[in-house]
Amino acid sequence: MELIENLTLGFGVAFTFQNLVYALVGCLLGTLIGVLPGLGPVPTIAMLLPVTYGLPPVAALIMLAGIYYGAQYGGSTTAILVNLPGESSSVVTVIDGYQMARKGRAGPALAAAGIGSFFAGCVGTLVIAAFAPPLTEIALEFGPAEYFSLMIVGLIGAVVLASGSLIKALAMIVLGLLFGLVGTDVNSGVARYSFDIPELTDGISFIVIAMGVFGYGEIISNLSQSDEQREVFTGKVKGIMPTAEDFKRMFPAVIRGTALGSALGILPGGGALLSAFAAYTIEKKTKLKPGEVPFGQGNIRGVAAPESANNAGSQTSFIPLLTLGIPPNAVMALMVGAMTIHNIQPGPQVMTSNPELFWGLIASMWIGNLMLIVLNLPLIGMWIKLLTVPYRWLFPAIVLFCAIGVYSTNNNNFDIWMVALFGFIGYLFLKLGCEPAPLLLGLILGPMMEEYLRRALLISRGDWSVFVTRPLSASLLAVAGLLLIVVLLPSIKKKREEAFVED
Amino acid sequence: MALASQKDFFSGLMFTAVGGAFAWGAREYEIGEAARMGPGYFPFVLGILLAILGMVIMFKSFTSGPPGGDRIGAFAWRPMVFILGANLAFGALLAGVPALGLPAFGLVVAIYALVVIASFARPGASLKESLILATILAIGCYVAFVYLLKLQFPVWPAFLTN
Repeated sequence: MELIENLTLGFGVAFTFQNLVYALVGCLLGTLIGVLPGLGPVPTIAMLLPVTYGLPPVAALIMLAGIYYGAQYGGSTTAILVNLPGESSSVVTVIDGYQMARKGRAGPALAAAGIGSFFAGCVGTLVIAAFAPPLTEIALEFGPAEYFSLMIVGLIGAVVLASGSLIKALAMIVLGLLFGLVGTDVNSGVARYSFDIPELTDGISFIVIAMGVFGYGEIISNLSQSDEQREVFTGKVKGIMPTAEDFKRMFPAVIRGTALGSALGILPGGGALLSAFAAYTIEKKTKLKPGEVPFGQGNIRGVAAPESANNAGSQTSFIPLLTLGIPPNAVMALMVGAMTIHNIQPGPQVMTSNPELFWGLIASMWIGNLMLIVLNLPLIGMWIKLLTVPYRWLFPAIVLFCAIGVYSTNNNNFDIWMVALFGFIGYLFLKLGCEPAPLLLGLILGPMMEEYLRRALLISRGDWSVFVTRPLSASLLAVAGLLLIVVLLPSIKKKREEAFVED
Repeated sequence: MALASQKDFFSGLMFTAVGGAFAWGAREYEIGEAARMGPGYFPFVLGILLAILGMVIMFKSFTSGPPGGDRIGAFAWRPMVFILGANLAFGALLAGVPALGLPAFGLVVAIYALVVIASFARPGASLKESLILATILAIGCYVAFVYLLKLQFPVWPAFLTN
């Protein structure tokens, strides 16, 4: 079978000593940074990206994927132990996880999150391996008009599934697209919006924006809140292993969460976020068995289901990136940036021209998940120690790592000036209630969208109807329109708002 | 008409202003036509789109909900000034600013400056504590970034090494 053959190739690449070490280091580093409160996967990856510059492309991507899983895992640890979601997708884990920790059952909660994530990761990896090749074949049929429409669907989907105000998210996307256009236009060679600053002719680096907006903006906002209300459960983590009864209860929840997450993760936008919310809602709707703790008071299913869903979702969100070259969320947008730095143009051609990289990455995803569970559960004591470090020592270190990361991207302190500017802008966004994730998506897609639009209209000689007369493109646009209409329907609009303010 | 959402009103204003500025700036470049897009075409269209979205957001900020809600609240000037200041000081000291005649002081000095300045972002910072933290971080960064990862940094002040 082709699937087995491909996976064998992938494991052959991933199971070299060197790549295993990189996966391990990635997982460890990712957890290390991700466990720090208030730092989600996006700033973690942005901060650690420079570490991978010197590596060969395959190793770099394997390590980055490891960082991503590590950061996610670290985020759920923080959610359970500190009542602080490290990222939006572990918001629901907080509800029951923290209650379990308060009752002295932090160990089983962490184990449930870990085991659920591992199972979901295995399924997610298989889903990618099975669905990526046929999707790639479809993608190879795409012309510029289809790509442009696909990006529209991706961007619209991203805002529809995200939380918060729809129109503000749309505006943030457009703003991101515009920021993405700063720099030299590939077609005419004209330097746009560069104000005669030589560094700006290369464009604004996505690392600068990710670090400024997600890193500094968050730190400033964290510092402006009094931080003494946090309560860390440190001494109370005793037994890690869940009881047999815990296992019996969480198992179906893990299966349901995984199925939901794998399906929703492929969708653009907040795949992981949405699937975590949906999984929790479903668990809440199912009947409580006799003797089971109610939801909101420390039910293990309330941890296992959303954690499996969000891990399955974050796994399958690699599908649009690897097959179409289109990042479905902010983390994948960073991955595109990382691939470009290593001279890989993400898209359908990666699988055919670079099979070792493609399948090696997929195999390493599974290995990364395995490492997390094998290493992090025993190491949990160490991560907990890290949580007891006071924020007044942590934040100067975070600022330092951001600054070093930004500088080492280009070895140029112009980027440091820029990151200060975007730190201010990021804080402004938070103050004005504008979610920054869509901005990052727009930033990455901006130049691509312009290029595809230009080519599509060049071929059609300026006739805009090309987007609706080509069947594939027309149906993609119809999907985008449908998504918008559905969200704007009054009844659904209300439901959507409710779904995201559950606590 | 009373303002219902301060956040929405000012974010709308920001989007309109930035969109307008991009569209205005795009006129500097050749706009061209759909079949032959100039470098100004896409930014011009997007700028206008952003300005329109901003205006809609502003308009809606008067109607959505009871007046006076959703306030922006006070700006956290203290953390902002010290965090961003620490970052700028790091950049300036690490590689120097030739335009201002500032020589490169290197990584170690820059780390001390960053940590000490950043720690003042919180009230009640202690200089002694941040100096200890800076020492730990300086050693850690030297080992991790310079020794192990071999990233290219000026480590010591330029006037001492040559």
